[in-house]
Amino acid sequence: MTSTTDIHAYLAEFDDIPGTRVFTAKRARQGYHLNQFAMSLMKAENRERWKADEAAYLDEWKLTPEQRAAVLARDYNRLLDLGGNIYFLAKVFSTDGLSFVQAVSTMSGMSLQDYQAMMIAGGRSPEGLRSIKDKH
Amino acid sequence: MARITAGVASSHIPALGVASDLNKTEEAYWAPAFAGYDWTKRWEAEQKPDVVILVYNDHASAFDMKIIPTFAIGCGESYQPADEGWGPRKVPVVEGHPDLAWHIAQSCILDEFDMTIINEMDVDHGLTVPLTMMFGKPEAWPCKVIPLAVNVVTYPPPSGNRCWALGEAIARAVASFPEDLNVQIWGTGGMSHQLQGPRAGLINAEWDNRFLDGLEGDSDALRHIPHIEYLRETGSEGIEMVMWLVMRGALGKATRTLHRHYHVPASNTAVGHIVLEPV
Repeated sequence: MTSTTDIHAYLAEFDDIPGTRVFTAKRARQGYHLNQFAMSLMKAENRERWKADEAAYLDEWKLTPEQRAAVLARDYNRLLDLGGNIYFLAKVFSTDGLSFVQAVSTMSGMSLQDYQAMMIAGGRSPEGLRSIKDKH
Repeated sequence: MARITAGVASSHIPALGVASDLNKTEEAYWAPAFAGYDWTKRWEAEQKPDVVILVYNDHASAFDMKIIPTFAIGCGESYQPADEGWGPRKVPVVEGHPDLAWHIAQSCILDEFDMTIINEMDVDHGLTVPLTMMFGKPEAWPCKVIPLAVNVVTYPPPSGNRCWALGEAIARAVASFPEDLNVQIWGTGGMSHQLQGPRAGLINAEWDNRFLDGLEGDSDALRHIPHIEYLRETGSEGIEMVMWLVMRGALGKATRTLHRHYHVPASNTAVGHIVLEPV
């Protein structure tokens, strides 16, 4: 058995990772309806209704105005901040016909071409990206 | 008696499934990723496992936010490939092994693991892509599969130590099943990758290879890696590697490596793959 971990200390460390939103219970709660909306796009008939009228489809879900605007704008970094989880949000970009590489590159601040070139060259190095406080 | 004869670990990158489904495995970009599985495909054809206990995570397919089980075991007769947003993969139905699965569930619960029991669900790329990588494109999968789902999406996921201990409990359960079965256990997901935020695309080949080193032999140091280290060093989705520790824990005190493969990138991810046997 390991000793019990202090949940506050455990969670606090996640805020120290640059450019990363860990899907904590707090985010899971904040994003509950957002993620369930995204999940609904796993059904072909829902995808058709969503494509026909996105705004009307969103009316059926209890999203905040910020979440609603970010979904319509496909602002994935904002959606992560508002409680979205990437595996749920994947249903939105899959419905748009985007691959993971295409969608993920939009969060990285790089063009798709530059992002792909970075990956082929071995990916983004963890050097300097492990901790916010250790950088300063 | 049933026995665990080998452990296999592999990334379960959706794009590998797409590349296989669209016959792109010979293309320059994909060929090096697939080449590392050629040895394993031949070896699996010789090994002919009766059952694979396949440790994987559901990616918001069978489980949505309504129910989030930490450890869940599939006790059903069969599982259909899930529609993840672009239609289900055209791969064979996954046949379960309800007798062994229920046996493991009961044994683990008495062994103080609070398993969630699943009788009906669809299985997503987390489970079907490893089957493709190990078996190619057969008419039917050549073995029964027991899905063992681990939550690595909503925090906190189980600790590496707990995953290792679950593997040990599964090994005890399998060893007490009276039927003569050749059982393999697979750990899937990983290695380093981050699919979200400005740090997306993070890869740490050095760390990944140290992790692969640690799976061989009799050290249990990997079970003590904290979540924060996976997150910092291997990206937000690198946490999936705790599922490899269920596999490693099930192999007992010491292991020997039969095959090892590592390649960057496939889509956004480092491809890691290793075949181990207990010694």
